[in-house]
Amino acid sequence: MSQVATRKAPAGMLVKQAGPLALIQDAGRFGVGHLGVTQGGAADWISFRWANWLLGNEPNSAALEIVMGGGLSLETECEVHLALTGADLDAQLDDKPLAPNTSFTLTPGQRLVFRQPRQGLRAYLAFPGGLNAPEVLGSRACTAREQLGGLHEDGKPLKVGDRLTWQGDAPAVKQLPDSQALRMPATECRLPVVLGSQIATFSGRSLFQAFNQPWTVDNRADRMGVRLTGPVLNGSLTGIISEGIPLGAVQVPPDGQPIILMNDRQTIGGYPRLGALTPTACAMLSQCLPGTKVWLTPVSASQAQDDYRQQLTVWREV
Amino acid sequence: MKPSIQIRPKMRIETTAMDALMVRLFDTIDEANMAWVIAADQALRAAFGNALIDLVPSYTTLLVHYDCQQLNHSDALSLINKTLCNLTPADTQAGELHIIPVWYDESVGPELPLVAKRAGLSVEALVEQHCNHDYCVFALGFAPGYGFMGLVDEALATPRLKTPRRKVATGSVGIADRQTAIYPLLSPGGWNILGRTNVPLFEYAKRGDPLFRPGDKVRFKAISRAEFEADGGNTTPMEERS
Repeated sequence: MSQVATRKAPAGMLVKQAGPLALIQDAGRFGVGHLGVTQGGAADWISFRWANWLLGNEPNSAALEIVMGGGLSLETECEVHLALTGADLDAQLDDKPLAPNTSFTLTPGQRLVFRQPRQGLRAYLAFPGGLNAPEVLGSRACTAREQLGGLHEDGKPLKVGDRLTWQGDAPAVKQLPDSQALRMPATECRLPVVLGSQIATFSGRSLFQAFNQPWTVDNRADRMGVRLTGPVLNGSLTGIISEGIPLGAVQVPPDGQPIILMNDRQTIGGYPRLGALTPTACAMLSQCLPGTKVWLTPVSASQAQDDYRQQLTVWREV
Repeated sequence: MKPSIQIRPKMRIETTAMDALMVRLFDTIDEANMAWVIAADQALRAAFGNALIDLVPSYTTLLVHYDCQQLNHSDALSLINKTLCNLTPADTQAGELHIIPVWYDESVGPELPLVAKRAGLSVEALVEQHCNHDYCVFALGFAPGYGFMGLVDEALATPRLKTPRRKVATGSVGIADRQTAIYPLLSPGGWNILGRTNVPLFEYAKRGDPLFRPGDKVRFKAISRAEFEADGGNTTPMEERS
C-alpha cells in the first residue's frame, strides 16, 4: 500500500517578522581557512552548546543565533520542544515572558517573539535534532560576507516568510542544572588573552595601558570584529606581511585602537597583534553590549588550554 | 625557468593564540619562498593528521590551529619542530599555470586610465604589460578563492584607493601596490580595478577545490567585449553594480 498518501507535510516554524539579525549557526566551518573561507559559527559557542545540550542534541547541531531580538517573531505549525540560552532578549511566548536558559514546549499556532536585549546580546534557540539547512564545506554556519550557508545558501539572515524545519522529533528535554547558571557579562568583565610574539614591538607604555585599565566596547562591533576604545597604543610596527589570523586576535591598526577578530574574521591580515583572546573570552565578548568595560588579562597558552579542557568536561558531567 | 637559489629559512615558531602557533619562515615577500611554504604546508598536514583544525599558509608564515584536546601546547611545538627540521623545498614547477581571460575596459575597470597615467603608458600598453607576466599565487585569503598574486611590474604599482568602494563587482581584476588579484564575489574593496573576468573562482572555492593554489602561476589574457559576452560575462558597468 502506498505510504505516500498518508505522509503529512513536514511541519515547521514560520518567520512572521524578522528582527535585525537572526542567523543559522553551528560550531563553524573548519579545515577551510586555506581556501580563504572564514570560520563562522556561533559567536557565544558556550550558550550555543548549552542550547543543544538542553534538547539532547549533538553538540554541533544547527541552531538560531538571534542578535538583539528586535521583534523577531516565529510561529509554530506543530508541537515542538525548543531550548533557549544566552542573552535575555525579553522573549515572550504568546505574550507571556519566557525565561532564558530553559527548554519549553510550543503548541501549534503559538508565537515566540524576541524583543530587546536586557542582558547580553545573542540568544540561541535550539531545535530538535538541529535545524535543517544545506551544508556547505562541512557546515551550516551562515556567513553574510561570504554568501555561504543559511537556509537559502546565500549567507542571508532570516527573513519574513522563511520556514524553519528540523531534523529530529522527540528530544531528551533537560533543564539547566542549578550549578550552571549562565551569566551574561554585566557592566564590566575580564577577558583572558594569550600573548603573541608581536607583543614585543609595542611600546612599554602601551603594554602597561593595554593590561592595566579597562577598554570600552565600541558600537562598531559585529561577527567579524569588535572594536575597543581607550588609550592609543603604539609600537614599532604599523603593518606586517599578511598572515593567518586566529580567533580572538587582538589586532592594533594604525589608529592604535584594538580590534578583536571574531568568528567571521578575514582569514589573513596585516596588522600587528597583542595576542588572542581565549575562545571562552571570545564567547563572553560576543555578549557585551557597547559601553561595557573589559579588562584584557594575560594568560599562558597552557593555562588557557587547561581552563578550556575543564570547560569542555562540564557537558560530559552534567 | 630555473628554480631560484633556495635559501634555507630560519624557522621560528611563535605562540599566537591558545591553540594556534605561527610558523615564521621568512621576513620578506619573495617568489622563492613559495617552495618552502608549500613544503611546510604538506609536511604539517601529514604530521598533525586529524589533530589539525586549520592550516593557513601565507607569504612568509603558516598558521597552525590544532585541536588542544589531542595535543597540548608543548606537544604541538615539538611536533612542528620535528616535522620541519629536515624540510626540503617543494618542486615549484609542479604549480599549475592558469590563463585567465580578462575584458579590460573602463566601464568595468574604472582605474585603467589612472594606472596607465601613473605608469606613463597608453591604456593598450598597460594592458599588454599586465598580461605580459606570469604572476605567482602567494596566498589565499580575504574572500573564498581570492588569490594574492604578484609581483606586478614596479611601473604599474598603484596604491589602494583612498576610499575603498562599498561594492566591487564579481570577477573584477585589480592592482594594489605590486599585487594583483581577482574578486571572487561582490565585496567591498580598495584595489584599482582594470577589467573583469568570468572565471568562477568562488564556485571553485565553495566546492572545496580552489582554482588557484599557492605556488600556481596566473597569466592574464586580454579579450574583447564580444568574447567576454560570448563566455557569459556580465558587462554591467562597475558604477551600476555599486
